[in-house]
Amino acid sequence: MTAASWPRGEPTFDRLLHLDPRTGRRRDLRVSDLPALLGPGDLLVLNDSATLPASLRGRLTDASVELRLAGERGDGAWNAVLFGAGDWRARTEDRPAPPAARAGDRLVFGLELAARVESVSPISPRLLAIRFDETGEAFWTALYRQGRPVQYSYAAGALELWHTQTSYAARPWSVEAPSAGRPLAPSLLSAVARRGTALATITHAAGLSSTGDPALDAALPLPERYDVPARAVAAIAAARARGGRVVAVGTTVVRALEGCARAHGGRLVPGVGVTDLRIGPAFAPAIADGILTGMHEPEASHFSLLEAFAPRAVLADAHAHAEARGYLAHEFGDSMLIVPPA
Amino acid sequence: MKDEYRTLVHAAVLVTGASRGLGAALARRLGRAGARLALVARGHEELDAIAREIRAAGGEAHALPGDLGDKRDAHRIAGAAAALVGPIDVLVHNASTLGPVPLPLLLETDCEDLERVLAVNLVGPFRLTKIVAGAMALRGRGLVVHVSSDAAVAAYPRWGAYGVSKAAQDHLGRVLAAELEGTGVRVVSVDPGEMNTRMHADALPDADPATLADPDRVARRLAALISHPEVFAPSGARVELAGVPERESP
Repeated sequence: MTAASWPRGEPTFDRLLHLDPRTGRRRDLRVSDLPALLGPGDLLVLNDSATLPASLRGRLTDASVELRLAGERGDGAWNAVLFGAGDWRARTEDRPAPPAARAGDRLVFGLELAARVESVSPISPRLLAIRFDETGEAFWTALYRQGRPVQYSYAAGALELWHTQTSYAARPWSVEAPSAGRPLAPSLLSAVARRGTALATITHAAGLSSTGDPALDAALPLPERYDVPARAVAAIAAARARGGRVVAVGTTVVRALEGCARAHGGRLVPGVGVTDLRIGPAFAPAIADGILTGMHEPEASHFSLLEAFAPRAVLADAHAHAEARGYLAHEFGDSMLIVPPA
Repeated sequence: MKDEYRTLVHAAVLVTGASRGLGAALARRLGRAGARLALVARGHEELDAIAREIRAAGGEAHALPGDLGDKRDAHRIAGAAAALVGPIDVLVHNASTLGPVPLPLLLETDCEDLERVLAVNLVGPFRLTKIVAGAMALRGRGLVVHVSSDAAVAAYPRWGAYGVSKAAQDHLGRVLAAELEGTGVRVVSVDPGEMNTRMHADALPDADPATLADPDRVARRLAALISHPEVFAPSGARVELAGVPERESP
């Protein structure tokens, strides 16, 4: 499937493949048709995480490196992944290995940001726990000045922070964009609400999508932070009570909701947490009935998560159909709604 | 603290132009009321001093220097602000520029200077509102305040670039209010009246300071409005702060 290499003009004109997971029935629509596909009583759950400028250029001792933040660890430290020479124009798997880091090494990014390597992960020598010297406003000001959003080799140019945000981004937790929500313009969400479909938000810290290191990629996603607020828990309970469908916008929402439920014996309990839940074919979602997702390649780990919502054969057919019809893939690509009939 | 300000406790408020004048006075008042403050201005040192002063008094304030006329800076500031104080509940667009002083006649104003005034006073605030208002609408609450001026309404010679930018900002607010109706997000313009500030001295150096309002007293009225916009400011309204009661506290 061809990648969309840049955000296209009016996102609600992007294409939407509507897939009934039970029958495999497909419809070729536009994102602007989404309100009509959801009914009064249904609930759309969005991830309100903003995207961080998680890619930092700097020096590890004397070598030039790129460091990508992978997620905050909760104790003030960060998980981060080292990348060697080259930049986003090269595919991550084609870039040379970075120099080896050891606990105690210094990472320096420009004049105002520096960190210490606290430990090196047994999963991969490139996966580090680091701690920045700066805290509070000094840290956040420096991170936003020094950092750039994580880039993609298929992109037509260097992405700026504003290319990576949803229209409702509120809390900068994600290191890559929770991109399923990218086409949801405020006017579209208003139209959804006018139909009587409820909206709720959670926050989930989307992690790195790939690193080019097979051992590390196999371990993705790393444990990720989430916050499921009381309002979202109540909205989900209300949708259930009236027989409505709960539709997650993106895999990050699925991970937050199912991770939260899994941590509390199948029940949603409001609050923050960390989930290492891996969702695949054998997983029966306890909370989400359907998913609005971006188009991705079948080999991506993303695809196995979708198997929690539709059989592999149905997904493979839908993907072949989308490819034949010229749907575009990846972060700026077209969308798919997998939801059973109301 | 008086009960009437309890809505400000833990509210995440971003104030632009917070290093002096009305912005600094408002920041002190909101800090005392328990708001979590992200303070923005171009100059670093004055802004740091205000943030330190608020923290020393037990408040929460973070200094985020930057130029809101610059797109990258606007996105950096919005991101760092949300990281520090959480999703923004109240956005106060107080920063503005007069353009060149002494104030020239409009026909003698360079087009580039007019463009710069519009970039800082109109496009900058609009960009910041765009970044945060979508999340406000989804949460079902939020307040956007544009600090306006008498010059937005009356046509004073030599106040052309500034007056045009403020009139446009007022109308921007009215249209946003109309589009956001029903979402719980309010957009209001406030006219603080003539204040004893450096901006006023830059514009009218011969004015008698005794005839000008103390920015701190104006800030009390603005804090009252922000704590209870449903009382003092229907969305889309243009409010003269002289008509808002001045509270003793915060």
